[in-house]
Amino acid sequence: MIMAKRIDVSGLSAYYGTTKAIEDISMSIEPRSVTAFIGPSGCGKSTFLRTLNRMHEVIPGARVEGKVLLDDENLYASNVDPVAVRRSVGMVFQRPNPFPTMSIYDNVVAGLKLAGVRKKAVLDDVVERSLKGANLWKEVHTRLNKPGAGLSGGQQQRLCIARAIAVEPQVLLMDEPCSALDPISTLAIEDLIGELKSQFTIVIVTHNMQQAARVSDRTAFFNLSGVGQPGKLIELDDTQRIFSNPSVQATEDYISGRFG
Amino acid sequence: MTSSSPAAPRGRERRPRDSRVGDKIFMNLARGSGILLLVIMGAIAAFLTWRSVLALSTNEGNFLTTFEWTPDAPKPVFGIAVLAVGTIVSAVIAMVIAVPVAIGIALFISHYAPRRIAQPFAYLVDLLAAVPSIVYGLWGALFLVPHMDGLTSWLNQYLGWTYIFDQTRTGTPRNLFTVGILLAIMVLPIITAVSREVFRQVPRMHEEAALALGATRWEMIRTAVLPFGRPGIISASMLGLGRALGETIAVAVVLSASNVLSLHILDAGGGTFAQNIALKFAEAGDNGRNALMASGLVLFVITLLVNGAARLIIARRKEYSGANA
Repeated sequence: MIMAKRIDVSGLSAYYGTTKAIEDISMSIEPRSVTAFIGPSGCGKSTFLRTLNRMHEVIPGARVEGKVLLDDENLYASNVDPVAVRRSVGMVFQRPNPFPTMSIYDNVVAGLKLAGVRKKAVLDDVVERSLKGANLWKEVHTRLNKPGAGLSGGQQQRLCIARAIAVEPQVLLMDEPCSALDPISTLAIEDLIGELKSQFTIVIVTHNMQQAARVSDRTAFFNLSGVGQPGKLIELDDTQRIFSNPSVQATEDYISGRFG
Repeated sequence: MTSSSPAAPRGRERRPRDSRVGDKIFMNLARGSGILLLVIMGAIAAFLTWRSVLALSTNEGNFLTTFEWTPDAPKPVFGIAVLAVGTIVSAVIAMVIAVPVAIGIALFISHYAPRRIAQPFAYLVDLLAAVPSIVYGLWGALFLVPHMDGLTSWLNQYLGWTYIFDQTRTGTPRNLFTVGILLAIMVLPIITAVSREVFRQVPRMHEEAALALGATRWEMIRTAVLPFGRPGIISASMLGLGRALGETIAVAVVLSASNVLSLHILDAGGGTFAQNIALKFAEAGDNGRNALMASGLVLFVITLLVNGAARLIIARRKEYSGANA
């Protein structure tokens, strides 16, 4: 059984070299919920998302200050291996990125193979379960040995979701997962998010406010006070409340389109 | 730039005709270059074949299995057995040593070294390619050969049972193994440079995909970088192999040529196509020259076959190449 975990962030800042990208962010994310991050471009929502599985620091010169607790374990404690963090916090990227040199099957089991799972029966099982979980099984089960890059964009993105959930992460991060997809594929992914939240803690960055309203339970609005300034968390509340009666004026300006 | 819109500044206005003339000139230049290449290749092949036929018709021995090379004797006897084996063996040794090292260096430059070290380091490797072969040859003969004894006897002692490292005759290490090491150093820069560029082109998103699944840096390289770079590594190796097969003067300086065919790579002796041509051409008679051209034709064919095989390997995995990602 997958153990979805809660996330508690406190006093988190992230830097690219000497540039501060996000400043002093604190928030709590409940297990088995969908939290959407919205905000203008450059407000640091993707950067913040990447600090939640320690992917921020793979960029040369990038670093993080502050704490991210997964249940009670600090991901940034000195004895924590970032590789282990990324195994328990999965990620789906903006552009579908299945491994082009691998078949559909190998793409799904890539994470398990890294973790040392070799048994064919186990892998077969996981492939079927993950592809079913990503609503892709029906479309691809007859051609599991064909290259993953041969699928359509929407199918590739669902393949990437299957790859991410195959390792049974506790949290699933999605960085604008639908921004490169057509409306029908987008709908398929949104439906999928609704199903996945019964098992995973899901955090999704989106530029599409209707999407945030459709898929999320809670919404966080990020903003920056000017070009070159670090992004900040403005408010985090129930999605319904954010879109109907936000407590901060800037949020209301943004969601009603009065923001530049 | 065929704009005829009224807003275009007068001075810059160009009639569509002009650019079409330019197009035509360029197209014909490109086409002409292509045709010229085919003509030159055809001419070389025809010339080699013609001379080869002349020589082969005089040969009293079997061209493929004879060890000796005496085409100018009253009864001409010559064959490529020693040369073919020597060429292939020395090139294989070179590839076995050079390819892993080159991939390692390329990965170091593209994925491990900090940028300010990677740049000068890459430049240094490129510099290795600029050293003339005769300099490698002299270095090989004057430095490498006298320093090979330790390694040679170590290999003979511990790996002698593998047959190939069995040293049956003592003597200076002017053997195929030393030649292979020298060739490895010579082909290293080209393989490194091409692999490095391929590794750099691996899309960041594939590397991040691997990292986000919990891959260590080495696992990321194994899952994302090396498979993506595979066709490039093969092409790079083929470029290197082409050079190793055809290298002339460095081999001629280092190897002590003989008509002995042996897979004991630590025994002095043997020969390669290019080295044999370089050694014998000056003093060869008419038939001798024709015979040497026949051996050159064989090298030509071997190189073509090797390249063809490499293309097949790359094409077979085309749908997995990442080109459609």
